[in-house]
Amino acid sequence: MFAFIARRLIATIPVLLFVAVFVFMLLRLTPGDPAAIIAGDNATSDQVASIRAKLGLDEPLYTQFFIWSGKALSGDFGESFFFKKTVAELISQRIEPTAMLALFTLILAVAIAVPLGVLAAAKQGGWVDRLVMGFSVMGFSVPTFVIGYLLIYLFAIQLGILPVQGYKRISEGFDEFIIRLIMPGVTLAVVYVALISRITRASVIETLGEDYIRTARAKGLPGRTVLLRHALRNAAVPIITVIGIGIALLIGGVVVTESVYNIPGVGRLTVDAVLARDFPVIQVVILMFSFVYVLINLLIDIAYSFFDPRIRY
Amino acid sequence: MLKHWKALVAAVAMASALSLAAPPAAQAQQTLRVVMHSDLKILDPIWTTAYIVRNHGYLVWDTLFSVDEKFEVKPQMVDTWKVSDDKLTWTFTLREGLEWHDGKPVTAEDCVASIKRWGAKDSMGQKLLGVTQDLKVVDAKTFQLVLKEPYGLVLQSLGKPSSNVPFMMPKRVAESDPNTQIKPTDVIGSGPFIFKGEEWKPGEKVVYVKNPKYKPRSEPASGLAGGKVVKVDRVEWIWIADVQTQMNALIAGEIDMIESPGHDLLPVLAKEKNIRLFNGNPLGNQFALRFNVLHKPFDNPKIRTAAIVALSQEPFLQAVVGDPQWYKVCKAMFVCGTPLESTAGMDGVLNGDSAKAAAMLKEAGYDGTPVVLLQSTDVQVLTNLAPVAKAQLEKAGFKVDMQSMDWQTVVARRNKKDPPNAGGWSAFLTSWVAADILNPVMAGYFNASCDKAMFGWPCDEQIEKLRDRFAKAGDAAEQKAIVEALQKRWVEYPTHVHLGQWYQPFALSTKLDGVLVAPVTVFWNITKK
Repeated sequence: MFAFIARRLIATIPVLLFVAVFVFMLLRLTPGDPAAIIAGDNATSDQVASIRAKLGLDEPLYTQFFIWSGKALSGDFGESFFFKKTVAELISQRIEPTAMLALFTLILAVAIAVPLGVLAAAKQGGWVDRLVMGFSVMGFSVPTFVIGYLLIYLFAIQLGILPVQGYKRISEGFDEFIIRLIMPGVTLAVVYVALISRITRASVIETLGEDYIRTARAKGLPGRTVLLRHALRNAAVPIITVIGIGIALLIGGVVVTESVYNIPGVGRLTVDAVLARDFPVIQVVILMFSFVYVLINLLIDIAYSFFDPRIRY
Repeated sequence: MLKHWKALVAAVAMASALSLAAPPAAQAQQTLRVVMHSDLKILDPIWTTAYIVRNHGYLVWDTLFSVDEKFEVKPQMVDTWKVSDDKLTWTFTLREGLEWHDGKPVTAEDCVASIKRWGAKDSMGQKLLGVTQDLKVVDAKTFQLVLKEPYGLVLQSLGKPSSNVPFMMPKRVAESDPNTQIKPTDVIGSGPFIFKGEEWKPGEKVVYVKNPKYKPRSEPASGLAGGKVVKVDRVEWIWIADVQTQMNALIAGEIDMIESPGHDLLPVLAKEKNIRLFNGNPLGNQFALRFNVLHKPFDNPKIRTAAIVALSQEPFLQAVVGDPQWYKVCKAMFVCGTPLESTAGMDGVLNGDSAKAAAMLKEAGYDGTPVVLLQSTDVQVLTNLAPVAKAQLEKAGFKVDMQSMDWQTVVARRNKKDPPNAGGWSAFLTSWVAADILNPVMAGYFNASCDKAMFGWPCDEQIEKLRDRFAKAGDAAEQKAIVEALQKRWVEYPTHVHLGQWYQPFALSTKLDGVLVAPVTVFWNITKK
């Protein structure tokens, strides 16, 4: 197992290298000039040129890349073109809101979706099943921002029981922290509840048709034990896979939710950096996302062996 | 059980008594929460001309002179000043009691260094320093500006209201390279608010607290001039990118003000009982189409004149703003409602006369070269301008190739001098804050100094001579006469086209009072109930 983990971690190096080169080139070939953005609307061409020189953007592309990669290898990811702050400092300020929102959403989604999927499978063809599947189709179909605005209108504007926007760190008080996560978490969870409950249902239905389930029932085991101990455990691999994919999708999905609820997370940092052509920030954020994707895939693979002892690495 | 209840009641009573006995200051901390038009990313108002940084500058730093509500220049940090009989030597003395946020006194040395840093970047500052022979310290509170020749815009330059504003900074900060941004720890001013660097979270919020040592002038606040009396303890700029969320947050009372609510949201906001719309900048803004004179077809001034004959302001204003309450058709180049308002030379242009424009195009020898028109698609107030320009120009016989892109791409592309078919451009549309275009020296698009001019690079000796004459003009009547001559010359040699004035009201909580009418959004004089 350790050899497998080590091999997989080593394999991330070429992936990250490829991402670094690709993103670097892509950013430099994208139209838009950070120096012109920094200089402001009233700046002359000379002013823009002097800022470009100051940022090193007038150097050849390969020089810029070697300077950047040399520093990155020594752990210096540079300074944002706009903020007088290092990229590491900017990202560290934004990780907590995104991580907390993703974690809260995931807990909410799994806590709701897995029981719903199992229930729908157990009551296959009945009204509960249809209701769960109907919700699932709706969850997929309604865009996240629509759900967000509807929840804000109902719970913040009309009822006034939840705040419209903002994020408070846990250090500023747990009540304030959690109350601001409820609506964004629910908004983002809807699509994952739909996704996970659907896969759970399909996987459990498939497992319920297996011979060993029939055997368990023939032995006289209660229906609930058969469903939870035998069917659900054996249906876990596809569910784990979809939860893993869900986490990866969450990283992208938080962008819209963070905008609607004004959560200062990594998603919004990415959007702001792209709009402002803040190359050093975009570069590191995308590298970080790539690393997280690779890591999640590794964790999913490891998790398989816990749920299915037949899988060994 | 009863004992427990008694203990609980006693504890609650004690807590209530303690809270009542708490000092009033601790209870009455007034915080103004505002959503500005943009997030604050850069802290140095000399390094960039971005308006959000200029607004940040007005909280932290102070100016030698300021303009009042009527755009008249008034002293701010300066106590007294005198001009020699030959109008070459200007002597300025600072007010008593001016202090930097770190407790050190403001000196003449600081001001001299600040003027030099500003003058190295700003076009109006460059012009002033261009006619300056010497800028020297006389004593701790007095400095002198010695000119090579009389210059009519000394006070207007030092009291320039918009980017770049000549903010006064401590000498050690002002002596830094103007092309390098100052550090967050150097955001030390002598203004009415103190920047809280440790609470600045880019993309989230910026915090300013009242400067307890600030000594406001005794005159009442007017525009950017007069006493900057701060009536709240703290100002927080909360950054909310989504306009719908901004509106919801204001309705829910989570914020007190939106500086720049979208025009499509104004009818919704107007219906809310707890919100009022307030036009704090009655001169507003002006839409503009900029020509690139380096390449065909707009390298020919006669073709540019045909374009200004073909264009008409109202369709642009309708397409973007919609409600006539928030726009004004105005042919005056230096903004309606100012002392330099004039329609001289404008009779035959901006009437949407496509037949006349078509005839002029034929006479000018237009060969059908397409106008590469850049359309910005992500800035709400700009998106609809280019399609209107395209329709009006095509009606007159122009071929128009409208290319859509985000604003930052427009900003990058407009600096390119390449031909339009090789990544360059022919025209693009933008908007100016009126405070930036109040006279020919200030208005960047009138700079017709060829390579030294702003993108578009107009090159006209007559315009430059008129701008120089304006800078040296002795009185208002002479200045106005020059402006009228300039407008007439502009019809023959158009540098850009002004496409109407529009207004951006603030959306304010009804809890706020005392918001000032000024060319820049400022936060002194505001009270919160």
